[in-house]
Amino acid sequence: MGIRFVLMVNKQGQTRLAQYYEYLNLEERRALEGEIVRKCLARTEQQCSFVEHRNYKVVYRRYASLFFLVGVDNEENELAILEFIHLLVETMDRHFGNVCELDIMFHLEKAHFMLEEMVMNGCVVETSKTNILSPIQLMEKAS
Amino acid sequence: MAGGAPSLMDSLFQRSLDDIIRGLRLCPPGSDSSSAFISRSLDEIRREIKSTDPQMKATALSKLTYLHSLHAADDMSWAAFHSVELSSSAAHSHKRIAFLSASLSFDPSTTDVILLLTHQLRKDLSSPNVHDVSLALSTLSSICNPDLARDLTPDLFTLLTTTKLFVRKKAIAAVLRVFEQYPDAVRVCFKRIVENLESDVDIEILSAVVGLFCELTVKEPRSYLPLAPQFYKILVDCRNNWVLIKVVKIFAKLAPLEPRLGKRVVEPICEHMGRTGAKSFAFECVRTIVTSLSEYDSAVKLAVGKIREFLLDDDPNLKYLGLQALAIVAHEKNMWAVLENKELVVKALSDVDVNIKLEALRLVMSMVSEDNVMEICRILITHALKSDPEFCDEILGFILLTCARNVYDVVFDFDWYVSFLGEMARIPHCQRGREIEIQLVDIGMRVKDARAQLVNVARELVIDPALFGNPFIHPVLAAAAWISGEYIELSRNPFELMEALLQPRTSLLTPSVRGVYIQSAFKVLSFCLYSYLKLNRGDASSYPSALTTDETVASEPLSDTELDNQDMVITHGMMPHNFTRESIMGLVNLVEINLGPLAGSNEVEIQERASNVLGLIKLIKPKIILGCLDQSEGEKIKGEAKASTEIITLIFDALSEELGPVSLNSQERVAIPDGLVLKENLDDLEAICGDIKLPLSTSFSLVKHQLMDGTRISECQSHKEEESEPSTESMSLLAEHRKRHGLYYLGGSENKEMVISNDYPPAHDPQGKAIDEAGDLVKQLTEQSLVLKKKPNQVKPRPVVVKLDDGEGLSAAAKTPEFKADLISGAVQDVLLSNETTSSTSRSKSSKKKEMDNLPESKNNIIEADTSTLSFPGSGRRKQHTHGKERKHQSSVKNKEERDHKDKQKSKHKSRQRADGALAAQSPVIPDFLL
Repeated sequence: MGIRFVLMVNKQGQTRLAQYYEYLNLEERRALEGEIVRKCLARTEQQCSFVEHRNYKVVYRRYASLFFLVGVDNEENELAILEFIHLLVETMDRHFGNVCELDIMFHLEKAHFMLEEMVMNGCVVETSKTNILSPIQLMEKAS
Repeated sequence: MAGGAPSLMDSLFQRSLDDIIRGLRLCPPGSDSSSAFISRSLDEIRREIKSTDPQMKATALSKLTYLHSLHAADDMSWAAFHSVELSSSAAHSHKRIAFLSASLSFDPSTTDVILLLTHQLRKDLSSPNVHDVSLALSTLSSICNPDLARDLTPDLFTLLTTTKLFVRKKAIAAVLRVFEQYPDAVRVCFKRIVENLESDVDIEILSAVVGLFCELTVKEPRSYLPLAPQFYKILVDCRNNWVLIKVVKIFAKLAPLEPRLGKRVVEPICEHMGRTGAKSFAFECVRTIVTSLSEYDSAVKLAVGKIREFLLDDDPNLKYLGLQALAIVAHEKNMWAVLENKELVVKALSDVDVNIKLEALRLVMSMVSEDNVMEICRILITHALKSDPEFCDEILGFILLTCARNVYDVVFDFDWYVSFLGEMARIPHCQRGREIEIQLVDIGMRVKDARAQLVNVARELVIDPALFGNPFIHPVLAAAAWISGEYIELSRNPFELMEALLQPRTSLLTPSVRGVYIQSAFKVLSFCLYSYLKLNRGDASSYPSALTTDETVASEPLSDTELDNQDMVITHGMMPHNFTRESIMGLVNLVEINLGPLAGSNEVEIQERASNVLGLIKLIKPKIILGCLDQSEGEKIKGEAKASTEIITLIFDALSEELGPVSLNSQERVAIPDGLVLKENLDDLEAICGDIKLPLSTSFSLVKHQLMDGTRISECQSHKEEESEPSTESMSLLAEHRKRHGLYYLGGSENKEMVISNDYPPAHDPQGKAIDEAGDLVKQLTEQSLVLKKKPNQVKPRPVVVKLDDGEGLSAAAKTPEFKADLISGAVQDVLLSNETTSSTSRSKSSKKKEMDNLPESKNNIIEADTSTLSFPGSGRRKQHTHGKERKHQSSVKNKEERDHKDKQKSKHKSRQRADGALAAQSPVIPDFLL
């Protein structure tokens, strides 16, 4: 399994989205997120985007006030994950129009939906923004 | 009202998810108001979720999911059933909420309502609405457990060939989890997945299927070797970077297994690396070349060139990855690559990013060899002194680890290393006291020649009162104190050491360290007394080598040191001057004054050790005062003097005796004495002894007879009689007890028990022959098991490092992970095997054959070789094969052979290889099936 979890965290360290591709119970999730967020948020722009934590490699990227953190296993290609994060942000941007923290807060389900279209079982399965968004648009039209 | 069904009012005024989010934003996180708000919301949710109105239920569930996924709500397992309930709703949006909550909160191994979802999932998987199907697939892949996997495999199987690409893609991705949970699904689905591997399928499908194989290959690459031709085609034809990265990754796993494969792929991978603009793909190529294709020098050169580009880049990400890749190159013994980029690596040591610094540090440490270890350590220490405490500590940790590797393999000059350790301990940020402690003591025991310098270093540490303030250094002080005591005979000035060991600031130490201090003081004291004694007996000139003539056993190691080391003889030559009656008295008084109060210490370790020392002083002090340890005249005093001399000698001997290291498996090398039967089954004895009502003592003698040979029987019997007499009474009591409560005794154990209790020699019998023998044996073994490590071509010979022949430390790590053929790969092998051997009519078969024929000769070899490797016993599941299947297999092999015969006319060479392959595949398979 390439991707083990995707997190979106704001500058204050509050989790805004958490999607795990392997089961962890709530305490484990809280502990993991706390440790990783502490590690990543302390880093500056001049430092690299990779942090090793426990048996994960964490690839993260900051967009305005929001951090996107992706935990991957050791085999995964870090640069490809950075591209994946960027793709995710661009997709959200296209859907919400200049996406910000509030968009994700108020549309958490949609954010999960987009992730669901892009990643399954920790593998990236869709990389076309149009394809990712078309089911969501269909659903919005329906409701 | 709470807990009851919601009223109409409730449903009219239900708060929406947005209301909750807004409410949460109004309260500061973690405050009382926010937790009050959350618990109030949860109460509402608990009520609303019971509603029969699906809309209301859905809203409640989505609110709960929101709170849970952002960790505001602790537990939502109570709502699991409501998720199941809502999932059957006709509205897709409700279904989505239900499945989202399920996939975010269900634990596949413990949530039992998952089974209730089986029916709904099956229904959705066969729904005409692709979005329902897609939703069901995502849910399945996140909550899949073995039962679910088993029940839904047929539905998944159908989806693998559906024309709706949107669905097929997801089905392929979901298959991975199903395989993991239910390996038998491989038998059903695998062929269809392989069919999707053709490079002419849609890119989305290809991406999913390659991703799937990438994950599978990581776990057990060997099973997928037969698919190499398909992967190769994708590598050459595909233009999508996401797919290419995965394919290159797959080859990184496959190439080491089959050298000819490496030869084939190295060229296209290098081509991709040179051509691609995508850094991610280029890096994957680099990584694959340096890990799996490192024997192709030209490719490695290209890759190292690429790495240098990364290192020179301003982007910290590329720099970091470049260093990592370089570390892999170094690991594969291509040191030149690191040396070529040395200046970049050293520069990275002072990067702003600690992760980059760490990578650089790792890389530097990988360069260490015995020629440059001193230089590198010097550079690193200067770096450590000017870096932040955290990184400084990392550096020290790495140095310690690297130098100690393989029992100080890289250290040539131990005098240097020991002083270096002392220096490290004094670095203000040093937190590695424990490691330094271990190494100091370890070197003391292993490297005899380093002891003199070690004692010097220890002295510096012990006498420095400034060091007590830093608790991190306390372990080092403990080591220094131990060394000072243990090797006191190498010390220039025992009196000074004693003062240091007893200085008032030792009260700052932890009790355990202080215990070491006191014990060392004890050793120093007994050494001084002993030296004084020797000196005044008149044989001062031969001190302390003289001991060896008197007391043969104990001080042998001492005299060795003496002879080895000229310095020391000189030191000792000077020493006698110090041991006057006054100085010894002064020493004894010093110890008494300082340790006196500690005899009442609360800490047992301190109290006991202090008492030991004080006890010795009590015994000796009057004699010194009387002067009877000097050349004593009076007869009566002489007797006493002799007694106390003996005591001191005994204590000194006991303390200075050196126990050599014993190899872990030396027990195996102890020859079993004649007549000692270890493997005899003692159960028979039960039958024999059962008849003889009495006596346990009889049974005992029976055993004796077996153990002893003729000559010794009489001797030992007489001995035995003496011994066993007093115990017969208790034995008969025991026997009675046994009779009464026989139920609670383990059968057959009595004989052994008796042997143990009676046969062993008393533990502390000084005359005990057995002990002497054992002692000799141990000594022999220690000597035997020492491997003296010498390195040629050095100006100054490297000191001997005592090492046990069986690579200590390795023993734990040596357990190579046993190859555990996991169930998936077992099943995959089965499927692929039947793929190769069955001339079925499936499309994949024919197309694959065609492809294989298209490939050059070497390729074919691979495939055939693979079939043979495939047949190694995979999983235990094979046993379940019926005879019918076996027959089918055999016939299929026969078919193949027939086909091969036809081929023969066309190409003799080729067909022979094939037949070989078929035979190879056949021979191990059949016995396997017969199991």
